[in-house]
Amino acid sequence: MTRVFDEAGNVVAATVIEAGPNVVTQVKTVEKDGYRAVQIGFGTRKPKHVTKAVQGQTRKSGKGPFEVVRELRDFDNGQELQVGDEIKCSIFNPGELVKVTGITKGLGFQGVVRRHHFGGGPKTHGQSDRMRAPGSLGQSSYPSRVFKGLKMAGRMGGVQQTVRNLRVVKVDEANNLLIIKGAVPATEKGIVLIRK
Amino acid sequence: MNKLDLVAASQMKTDIPAFHPGDTVNVHVKVIEGDKERIQVFQGVVINRKGAGINATFTVRKISEGIGVERIFPLHSPNIAKIENIREGKVRRAKLYYLRSLRGKAARISEKRSQ
Repeated sequence: MTRVFDEAGNVVAATVIEAGPNVVTQVKTVEKDGYRAVQIGFGTRKPKHVTKAVQGQTRKSGKGPFEVVRELRDFDNGQELQVGDEIKCSIFNPGELVKVTGITKGLGFQGVVRRHHFGGGPKTHGQSDRMRAPGSLGQSSYPSRVFKGLKMAGRMGGVQQTVRNLRVVKVDEANNLLIIKGAVPATEKGIVLIRK
Repeated sequence: MNKLDLVAASQMKTDIPAFHPGDTVNVHVKVIEGDKERIQVFQGVVINRKGAGINATFTVRKISEGIGVERIFPLHSPNIAKIENIREGKVRRAKLYYLRSLRGKAARISEKRSQ
């Protein structure tokens, strides 16, 4: 993350995302595939590092193996897309609201206070080791078990998450950069999906 | 170039004068009132400079009508029209937070002597 200044000179905390160019690797149509979608690739991998099946996949577009290939259903940017076309960050406009999907940072094994925002126990009044404790897990002889899905300590992060209504601050088409206000769910250099 | 630096480079100022903690500066701040814009000068002692690149900020402290006032400015803010270094102070700290507990004569900073 970094900071940018808006027109009024206010500081806006923002994330810089290298958005594209994404290459269309396949166009799926209702007639042929039963549904409408485009398959796009982003990033690069060396041809020797991918299987022949993946190499064949990129033969049609003529552009090298990609780091990620993703299919987007019902993708529509107002024009007929051909295999090999590039989708650039210019499809977004400053001020627009977008959804960003990514894999959150893996935070490891976390207690209930961090993981589920529990309040913990009291600090004083004779307590010694209850400050970050989860409290009761349920009732006694009935039901005589802990309910499934009860919020407990455990692995946190490293899951797919979508954040909606993030504002596009700036679009830098020359450098393929998208500047979005606020944080996005991903690690540094992680890969995210940005949708309108 | 790093993508983050690329974004920052377009917004960073290159004409910032040299100033350090302990210096007395005039910060010319753009103030927008309705549809008019004017310049307001904030004069005081720099008590803190922190951050690097586009994130750099500095704190200016002054005594206004007997009350200490501190303002934190982003160094590269477009709302700062100009920074003037009017007096170089001789200090032995990078952060002059101790000035907050001092008043009057004790809060003076001696001027740096040039060789």
